[in-house]
Formats: sequence, C-alpha cells, structure tokens
Amino acid sequence: MAKMNLLQAINNALDIAMAENEKVICFGEDVGVFGGVFRATSHLQEKYGRARCFNTPLVEQGIIGFANGLAAQGHMAVAEIQFADYIFPAFDQIVNESAKYRYRSGNLFDVGGLTIRTPYGGGISGGHYHSQSPEAYFAHTPGLKIVVPRNPYQAKGLLLSSIRDANPVVFFEPKRIYRASVGEVPEEDYELPLGKAEVLKEGSDITLLAWGAQMEYIEKAAEMAEKDGISCEIIDLRTILPWDVDTVANSVLKTGRLVISHEAPLTGGFAGEIAATIQERCFLYLESPIARVTGLDTPFPLVLEKEYLPDHLKIYEAIKQSVNF
Amino acid sequence: MSQTTKTIEVIHKPEFIQGNEFKFPIFQVLKQDGATYKGAKLPEMDQEEALKIYRTMVFTRVLDERMLAAQRQGRLSFYLQSTGEEGTVVGFAAALDDRDMIMAQYREQGALAYRGFSVDEFMNQLFGNELDYGKGRQMPIHYGSAKLNYMTISSPLATQIPQAAGYAYGQKLEGKGLCTVTVFGEGAASEGDFHAALNMASVHKVPVIFLCRNNGYAISTPSSEQFAADGIAPRALGYSMRAIRVDGNDVLAVYLATLAARKIAVEENEPVLIEAMTYRLAAHSSSDDPSGYRSKKEEDVWRAKDPIARMRNWLIKKKWWSEDEEKQLQDSMRQEVLDAMKKAEKRPPPPVESLVTDVYDEVTPQLHEQLEKLKMHVRKYPDAYPKSAGRMTHG
Ligand SMILES: Cc1ncc(C[n+]2csc(CCOP(=O)(O)OP(=O)(O)O)c2C)c(N)n1
Repeated sequence: MAKMNLLQAINNALDIAMAENEKVICFGEDVGVFGGVFRATSHLQEKYGRARCFNTPLVEQGIIGFANGLAAQGHMAVAEIQFADYIFPAFDQIVNESAKYRYRSGNLFDVGGLTIRTPYGGGISGGHYHSQSPEAYFAHTPGLKIVVPRNPYQAKGLLLSSIRDANPVVFFEPKRIYRASVGEVPEEDYELPLGKAEVLKEGSDITLLAWGAQMEYIEKAAEMAEKDGISCEIIDLRTILPWDVDTVANSVLKTGRLVISHEAPLTGGFAGEIAATIQERCFLYLESPIARVTGLDTPFPLVLEKEYLPDHLKIYEAIKQSVNF
Repeated sequence: MSQTTKTIEVIHKPEFIQGNEFKFPIFQVLKQDGATYKGAKLPEMDQEEALKIYRTMVFTRVLDERMLAAQRQGRLSFYLQSTGEEGTVVGFAAALDDRDMIMAQYREQGALAYRGFSVDEFMNQLFGNELDYGKGRQMPIHYGSAKLNYMTISSPLATQIPQAAGYAYGQKLEGKGLCTVTVFGEGAASEGDFHAALNMASVHKVPVIFLCRNNGYAISTPSSEQFAADGIAPRALGYSMRAIRVDGNDVLAVYLATLAARKIAVEENEPVLIEAMTYRLAAHSSSDDPSGYRSKKEEDVWRAKDPIARMRNWLIKKKWWSEDEEKQLQDSMRQEVLDAMKKAEKRPPPPVESLVTDVYDEVTPQLHEQLEKLKMHVRKYPDAYPKSAGRMTHG
C-alpha cells in the first residue's frame, strides 16, 4: 500500500493501463509534457512516448471525434476534457456517436475502448465555467457508462475498470478533492466493479446517497445526525449509469428513508431519477418523502458558491426533517 | 451552378498543391529602438492619441503586476495577465469606432481600459463585490460593459467568434456603418466555432474583424502542437477572406492594420482576419507555472521585444515623452490601482437574492421557493455562510 492523493491514484491507474497494454492511448489539451493542468497525466509522455500520450489542438469535438475513431479501430482511447464545463463542444460526438456506435451498427462496430476523463464540480472558486456537474445530461443517454469516484482507492480501481470496460465511459473526477483526498492505495493492479454501489456504513434509520465529492459532506452530516441518535446508512453510488437500483432499494426497504445529494441543479438532476425509481420499488416501506439536497436551479455562482452548494449542514437539516416527518 | 467559372488550369498529372508553400509576410512599421522602417508609413496620429494609447498600455501592465501580486497574497482568487501583448490589444482598440462591438477572449483588458473602463470598475469585477456588473458570478477578469460596447467574457473558448459574425450581420442590416471585432488566441482558433464563424461570415458578407492573438502558447501547448500550417492567417484564404499578419508587438502596425481592416469590413461588408504575432510573456494564469514547459531563454528573447518599450522609444524620439514623465506615470498608476483595490475589497458581496436573479427575466416560482428555503437555512447557520448572512435582513 502507498499513500496517494486522488490525482496520484489516477496517474497510477493510467500508468498501469499503459504499461500493460500498448493499445492504451492518452491525449487531450496540455496532457503531454505538462501532464495536464491538474497533472493527472504527469510523466506518461516521458515513459510511453509521444505517440501514446500527447497534446491535442484545442478542440473538444475533435478530441472526442478522434477518440471515437481510434476506439472504433480497436485502441483504448483515454481522452481528457480539461474541465467538465468544456465537454459540451463534444456533446454531439459523445451523445450521438460514442453512445450509439454499437447500437446503430447492429454491433458491427463499437467504441467500447473509449474512456473520457474529466474534472467536475465546484467548491474551488471557479465560477460557473469551472464548477459544473453535468452528469445528468449524459445519464439521459443510453449506451454510455458514467462513473464518479469519491477517493483515491476508488479512483484507481474504477478508472482501471473503465478503461478495460467494453463500453464508452465518462469518468467524472471530483476536482475539489483532487489533492485533499489522500488515502491508502494498493500499488498493484486492481479493479472495482462498474454499475455497483458501495455501502460505506450500515445504519437503520435513514439511507444517505451521493457520489463523488458530495460523499465527504454526506459522511459529515451523518456524523452530526448520529450524535442526535439517528442511525445512518451511507451509500456511494459510484456509477451513475447504469446505476445500482438493488443496493439502494434494499437499503431503503430497511431504513424507510432516503436523502440524495448532488451538486447539480435540482430540476432534471439525477436524484430525481433515483427518487422516482425508489418510490416505485419501496412505496409501502417509505416513512417520509425522499429528500433531495442539491444545487439551486441556477447556473453556478462564484462569490456565493457556499450558499449554492449542498453541504453537510443542508444535508443534516434534510436528515432531521425526514426523520421527524 | 453558383460557382463562378473562371478559366481553370487543367493538369494531366496528379500534382498536389502543398498547403504550406505560401508563407504570409508580416507587417511591421516600428523597430525596437523606436525608429521606423524605411518605406513604412506611420499613422496620422497626434500626440494626444499617441499618449492615450501609451498610457493605456502602461496602465494594463501596472494593473496586471499589482493584481497578480494581490492573487499571490490571497486577496484575489485568480488573475490572468496580458503582459507582452499590450501592443496588440490597445493597438486594435485605438483603431476602432467606440461604437464598434468588441467580443474578446480574456486577455484584452487593455481594449476595455482604452474605452474608459475605470479602475474602480475593474476592481469591482475582480473582487466580485456588490458593484460588479456581473454580480459576482464569474471568475475575475470576466469583464463586460454594455455602455462601452464590450461583450461580457465567457470562459468557454471560441464561443464568441461565431457570435461576432452574427452580431456584425445585425449591424450590417441596421446600416449603421459599424463592425464587430472578435479576439481569440491561436489555441482557440482550433475550435470548431472558429471555422464555423469564418465560413458564416464570408458566405453572408459580414462586417466582422477576426483578430487572433498568436502568442505562441495555449496553456502549455506550443503553437507547433496546435497547428501544422503557417499560423492562422492562411486559413482565411480557404474561406475567400482577406487576411493580414502583423507584428503584434508593434502597436502602430496593429493600429494601421486594424484601421484598414475596419475600412474593408464597414465599406465593403466583408470579413477580415488579422493574425497578430506576439508572445505571452507571463504565465497562462495565476494557476500556471510556465517553467514546466518553456525556457527562460525563450522568454528573454521576447522580453527584448517588449511592445511598451518599443512605443516609449518612439515617443521619446518624437519628444512626446520623457523618462521623468514615465516615472511619474508609473507611480501615480500604481497608487491609483492600490487605492481602488482597497476600496473594492471592502465592499460587501452581492446580496443572497442575486443568486436567483437573471436566470430568467423574472424569478420563477421555483427559484423563489428555493431562495426562501436557502435564506431560512442561512439564518439558522449564519456562521457557516458569512458572506450572505452578514447582509441579510433578519426576520
Ligand atoms: C472550450 C474550452 N476548452 C478548454 C478551456 C480551458 N482553457 C482556458 S484557456 C486555454 C488556452 C487558450 O489558449 P489561446 O486560445 O491560445 O489563448 P492564450 O491563453 O494563449 O491567450 C484553455 C485550454 C476553455 N476555457 N474552453
């Protein structure tokens, strides 16, 4: 085991994947010599050469279009979009092309080798173009997998699985905790399953569900609630698409309550999808309405970002309301 | 068929035309020591205008230095300099009609300053206080001014370029004899939006000036990894558009090129592309460290081509400026920036209500409800949200 932060864990996963299989190719804006603006691809060009780790021109639709072609040809394209806010110029390539290659060709062709890595989320004083959480846009697109790790251990295992998965994956990295989240990470190769949520902590009164950077707040809120004598079950969804309905439903059948939290705006956010499904599966077991703690239905602000973001206090209030319903 | 049939040379062997065979010349009038090139014709510019241009260049450099220092002291979350590129930015702004629209990228504070954006206005945006026109929603340096015809900056690169074509098309329809200038980096010129914009503008004959600041780098990516061709200017040819390459550190050359481009745009309703060759002397932004991807030696070569020094040398040769005046100007500008910074820092942030305004023309019922809920929460935990709690009416 080694101590790594989230970025180092990602770098380590890329290193392992590239060492193991020469078909793994990493590229994106500034990922070459510089190692990416956050340094996630540090030293990869040095180690594997310019043909396998390179800077692209500044064109996201080009990066993903290129990656689609490379993946269709049989390579494992690991493309970086510098900030999730800038994934939208590539939206067409991802939503219409990556997601539908296999389906529209009757499985003659696919871009299963594609992994798109991109830092998402707020809390870094980035204003609204360096803070968005666009996972819900992609969650509406059958054919993609969407993965969000919460810490270094998860990041490494989930990224290795994503790169090797036979489907295109959008891998959202919680940039607020890139350096802040540090933990023990095995140096060797390992994978964590996609499409599977993780129960972090068992409890009996209420289920708390989130992903990525929100997990830290969920855990903090749970600590506060436990002091009030409320027993919380904590689940990290890990994969947004396809998501693990069973794990969440089983938990809610047990606790009878559910609070879901994400940074993205409330309306059309992925919490709505989860709430609808769990309501279907657990209706007679619910003791209170499923609560959502999310960003506001506004673009992401700068100066008042603390007010905007769902934090431990807002989640704690939702827990109390749910329990006292 | 709408293709015009000129006599086309027919060949009988597969001979290809090499894309980079044609090299764009570069337009320059001033030498570094302030002397003019033989045969170069300087603009008709009186002392007052020349000094306004010069003072604006000095102002933005002082602003950049002070604000970068403020960022390092933790007073400001982010900053982005235009150091080394002042000649391009102030040069183009000076050649325009103040009613022409400017749609810039983010390194063009000089153009805004030239149009009269005050130190206080700069500071209010940088600190995102209650007087910031953008209401503290965007990062520092995302300026905008409707009064000064300067479109508010958006972070996603290149999105302003096709918008400029559309804006200028509207200006043409209104017949006001105005144009739009859109500025972008050589990196942003890789985006699909750039190509779409040039095509739209040339097909629809739009009075727009596309101004590329080719400063050698897009964050860490050198232009050699950005494009394989001879820069950005040749791209205009593919869209049947006129283009010029100019020494971006020669403020008078940029001024002359823009003046000529504006004439084409406004009088002929034709788009024009200007590629200004310059260098990003500073880091990409306050979050960047260029020592990881380029040499000090390379920077020094360009430091010797400083656009401000070049213009100063010219002014001194003309006896329009002196070292004494220089010192006075620097001191007074530094003081002005410092005073304004202290004032802006003390101003409160925008009120919590500003979170939900301007999403739509009117606050929707949902947003209203979300705001009320948020206010209740802030009242409960005022210490956790000091920025808005301090400003809220309690009740
Ligand atoms: C669509 C989009 N992709 C990526 C970014 C991140 N980014 C901000 S500035 C920059 C480099 C821009 O380089 P260039 O256009 O050459 O301008 P310069 O900074 O050199 O003035 C990048 C990649 C962005 N803002 N927008």
